[in-house]
Amino acid sequence: MLIKPIIVLIAFLASLTVFGYRLYGRFEHMRLGQPVGPFARWGDRIKAVVVFVLGQRRLFRFPTPGLAHFFIFWGFLLLFPTIAQAILEGIFPGFVLPILGTFGPLALLQDVIAVIVAVAVLYGLYLRVIAQPERYKGSHGAEGILVLTFILIIMLSLLLMNGLRRNLGEAPIEAAFWQPVSTAVGSLFVGLNEAMQRALYEVFYWVHLGVLLVFLTLLPGGKHFHIVTSVFNVFLQNLEARGKLPPAPQFGGVAGVSKVEQFTWRRMLDWYTCTECGRCQEVCPAYASGLPLSPKLLVMGLRAHLFERGTALQGARKNASLQAVLEKRLTGDVIADQVLWACTTCYACDQECPLFIEHIPPIVDMRRYLLTQQRADAMLMSALGNLRRYGNSFGKSDRQRAMWTGGLEPRIKDIRKEPAHTLWFVGDYASYSPALTEITQATARVFRQAGIDFGLLYDAERNAGNDARRVGEEGLFELLAAKNKAALDKCQYEEIVTTDPHSYNTLKHEYSFNGKARPVYHHTEVLDRAIASGRLPIRRQLGYTVTYHDPCYLGRYNGVYDAPRRVLNAIGCRVVEMPRNRDRSLCCGAGGGRIWMEEAGVKERPAENRIREALSLDGAQYFVVACPKDVTMYRDAVKTVGQERIIEIKDIIELVEEAL
Amino acid sequence: MDIVVPIKFVPDLVEEMEIGESGKALDRTFMRLIPSEQDDHALEQALLLKERHGGTVTVVTLDAGDVDETLFTAVANGADRAVKVRGEGFDKGINNHAASAVLQEALKDIPFDLILTGTQAVDDLDGSVGPLLAARLGLPYVGYITGIALEDGKVVARKEYPGGMVAEMEVALPAVLGIQAAEKPPRYVVTSLVLEAMKTATIEEREAGGADCSGAAGVTRVYLPQAAERARMLEGDANQVADALVALLKEHRLLS
Amino acid sequence: MLAAGRELADGLGGRLTALLLGHNTQELAATLGAADSVTYVDHAALADFTPDAYQRTIAGMIKEDPPRAVLIGHTSMGMDVACSVGIQLGVPLITSCRTIRVEDGTPRYVSVTCGGKVMVEGEIPGPTCLVTMVPGGYKPEAGRREGAPDPSTWLRTKIYELAPPTELNDLRVSLQRYVEPEAGDVDITRESILVSVGRGIQQQDNLKLAEALAAALGGAVSASRPIVDKGWLPTSRLVGKSGKAVKPRLYLALGISGAPEHMEGVPDCETLIAINTDERAPIFDAARYGAVADVLKLMPVLTEKIKQAKGG
Repeated sequence: MLIKPIIVLIAFLASLTVFGYRLYGRFEHMRLGQPVGPFARWGDRIKAVVVFVLGQRRLFRFPTPGLAHFFIFWGFLLLFPTIAQAILEGIFPGFVLPILGTFGPLALLQDVIAVIVAVAVLYGLYLRVIAQPERYKGSHGAEGILVLTFILIIMLSLLLMNGLRRNLGEAPIEAAFWQPVSTAVGSLFVGLNEAMQRALYEVFYWVHLGVLLVFLTLLPGGKHFHIVTSVFNVFLQNLEARGKLPPAPQFGGVAGVSKVEQFTWRRMLDWYTCTECGRCQEVCPAYASGLPLSPKLLVMGLRAHLFERGTALQGARKNASLQAVLEKRLTGDVIADQVLWACTTCYACDQECPLFIEHIPPIVDMRRYLLTQQRADAMLMSALGNLRRYGNSFGKSDRQRAMWTGGLEPRIKDIRKEPAHTLWFVGDYASYSPALTEITQATARVFRQAGIDFGLLYDAERNAGNDARRVGEEGLFELLAAKNKAALDKCQYEEIVTTDPHSYNTLKHEYSFNGKARPVYHHTEVLDRAIASGRLPIRRQLGYTVTYHDPCYLGRYNGVYDAPRRVLNAIGCRVVEMPRNRDRSLCCGAGGGRIWMEEAGVKERPAENRIREALSLDGAQYFVVACPKDVTMYRDAVKTVGQERIIEIKDIIELVEEAL
Repeated sequence: MDIVVPIKFVPDLVEEMEIGESGKALDRTFMRLIPSEQDDHALEQALLLKERHGGTVTVVTLDAGDVDETLFTAVANGADRAVKVRGEGFDKGINNHAASAVLQEALKDIPFDLILTGTQAVDDLDGSVGPLLAARLGLPYVGYITGIALEDGKVVARKEYPGGMVAEMEVALPAVLGIQAAEKPPRYVVTSLVLEAMKTATIEEREAGGADCSGAAGVTRVYLPQAAERARMLEGDANQVADALVALLKEHRLLS
Repeated sequence: MLAAGRELADGLGGRLTALLLGHNTQELAATLGAADSVTYVDHAALADFTPDAYQRTIAGMIKEDPPRAVLIGHTSMGMDVACSVGIQLGVPLITSCRTIRVEDGTPRYVSVTCGGKVMVEGEIPGPTCLVTMVPGGYKPEAGRREGAPDPSTWLRTKIYELAPPTELNDLRVSLQRYVEPEAGDVDITRESILVSVGRGIQQQDNLKLAEALAAALGGAVSASRPIVDKGWLPTSRLVGKSGKAVKPRLYLALGISGAPEHMEGVPDCETLIAINTDERAPIFDAARYGAVADVLKLMPVLTEKIKQAKGG
């Protein structure tokens, strides 16, 4: 009679040992990483776990799979007592879990949820086997199917066990109505004699236990490790402002990351938590345009490399194959250069990831290293050379920065010489691009009509450095920021306004003003205020039907979605939303320094993809943008798509001026 | 192979050129000075040769003003030594005859096998520094070079002729070569490395005597060209300009 | 050059001698009729241009009989020679000269610098001065004299064959071989319509806009130096000093600034139209029509309209 308990115990211990061993192995690899911490703001962190883990909030961005996973997750939690019950009753025959094992309402919940989980799993299998959505491309499909099958078996075997046990009179809960499903399942076997039923019970028990214990050993090896790490990953998430990149690491005087152990252990935890769900890949504009970047594959690649390199580093004898692994270069062999350069830093991936895995910071870290090795295309290096020498990416003289003001009467205040309430930081594109001069001038006129007391830095302004930083030239960013700060320090103003979301982002989050910081606004926020307060009277209601494109650095990065829409409504425009709006807005493709890079490998420009999306809307006459680079990118795209007569690109300021 | 790269600072054509009060020279008040573009290529070519064959690269320049950053950047790019020669009147711009004499003096104690410099600079009026220096040093000179190979201790230089023709010339060392374009575009080195060079590298400073400007012609007048005929300008946005162009092409019977 | 020399010689009342160096090339002397005489030096070492050999020969000639001025072409060959001859002989040097005039018995030069943006004037110093000349100041016809050499002209044009100086042994620079330019698919010198692109097209990808425009016009795409240096187009498409000289009926200069080195390649075009975002670009001085516009925006629009106009 002791045989079964001994076998169960051995099996359980064996499984636990394998799980523990593999878990420890992963932990040891993580210890290769750089230190980081401490982690403060526990209150916010606990809240995040409640909302995003217990609440599964981000998962619902893909509604049906989200719902399915919600139930699988909660099913797992609610059914955990039954797992404990199964193991313990195997070792201690007749054991019943106190309270949880006999609580009727819980049993009812468990019964029902087991069915729901089974249905959810069938849906999951349907997705994997039949529907095969694009986002799964590159994920470990076999593992996914295996685990779903495991879960299904666990659910079904549980119900069968419960049902048979009831038939045998050994159900821990007396009243059958607390376990309606189990009872129904059990009723299928009522015709069999007791010995048969007991034998079947044993079979289902071993199936149940066996699959559970095998599943446990698999956890640390693949994407289901997230079952263990997800709570930690969400708890330890980056709580800094999104638009603030972490500081740049340096190793042996060389900037950036060139070896996987130069990442922090926290970054490695991110990779262990990746479920390969592909939602990041789904929303990535680079991936959609045919470039080789997939945020998901990036993370999976880093994870696999950490494992192989960690193993090789620990190998006692360095045989040839271990040596080959050690010689693999992180950038170049593991992650190709073009993958890293393809990123526009639009934040769609980091926004979408249900477990708060960050994709952009490691990309920037690796870019920093690539630049020290001059592994970037000639056009980018030329743009960086221009930024360093002239303070703008156009290679034009700094004295020409304010040429767009020519002809504006009266002359705009020079804020270096006299104080003004608002410092208007114009930005490179709005200042230097000939195609944008009119829009910049219109902005000045609208500001005047709104009674804003504003001034310019004129020649003292330099590129704010947002994209220089994201391209990986940290030193250049610091140089530009230092020059801007030196100019700003000498001026008197109460707030900074810019029309450029990139400048907005870095001025707001990455410039340290040592206590003299002033608020930074985007011009749509300022217009919104001015219209609402009546200082900017709207004389005409335009009556257009428009669609609004949320710029990445204004929307996703800084949460400014409503102000531009309010402005559009106030001037009498009806806003129809594109399917991908607000934090799902598709990047135009210019960010992350991409506007300075060659376009080799792009099959469909993100901007063209976006225009087609806008064209699919009913009757939108104008595609409204609020970023100078967007104007440039979308005007080009509309021409290439060939629909200039159907939809026209307008900067929001053009419509506002029309309404005055 | 030890290479010396003389760098000349010239007016940046991105800025507007302005005539000084005397009417005999450019106004240097707002002038931005940058290293001559072909000298950047010469440095790049030197660094490429160093990477392939070893040796050292020394950068030399006359102190025309704000030259330190360029020298430190050259060191960050891979140059081994940076030498700055100060002298009276250098900041007002001296002609190439004088500059080459100064360089000849400065190179007396710098050993070299090869001198690479840009084949010409935008403000050259009395020849170019490269060939003048070669003549003063009594060394052979070949200009308009777009590629250099080192074969069996001999230098083979690709010289460009009009029409796209190229001649491969074998040149005995020591020699001076005038670079038209390097085999790769001049490299960009990250700012942090330049800043580091500023902290760790030293620029060797020398004093030169005065500048002997004889050898060039005198200048009586410097002016901005007023073209006798400027183009007839078409106005409007892209659409309007395109329309005007189509009309013109029709008029000139160029649309068959 | 011969035209400038003619003007100088006539202005100062002197003699214009053309110096021809080579090996078995005396027939070329017949084309130099604008000069008063031709001095021809023949030596095996002068068969192909090498800096050392040509320098020594020319220096030797000048030393023997110093003229008032020596005019040399501002070319890849000329510049290799001019500076060293000047230093060797202690003779002053003026480069990038476009025109020479004689005013009140004083020879004066006008040179061009700073990418065509600045002109410099002065006196040509005596007793001897070297001057390198860039094209553009004179029409080629001014340096030629008509007709095949006939007996009466022979009297005016004597060809001297001098014994070459002896130091042409032990040269330090020798020619290994010539490399022909890659046979491009297109010979731009034969095209009557050229769509020429410069830095203004910004990205290699935008070349296809130029190709489309060229196709619509029935022409070909050519380029200025920066484009060829980046490898976006082969050297066979290069227009300019180190590339080809072209003479199309229509030359569309898109995003080209118009630096002298490029303009040398399109000296005499019937209709040159320039598009550039910089209204101060020198090309607008050479163009017949121009517009300050963004070529990236203009190209597709223009292509479309041309197709329509042609009845597409």
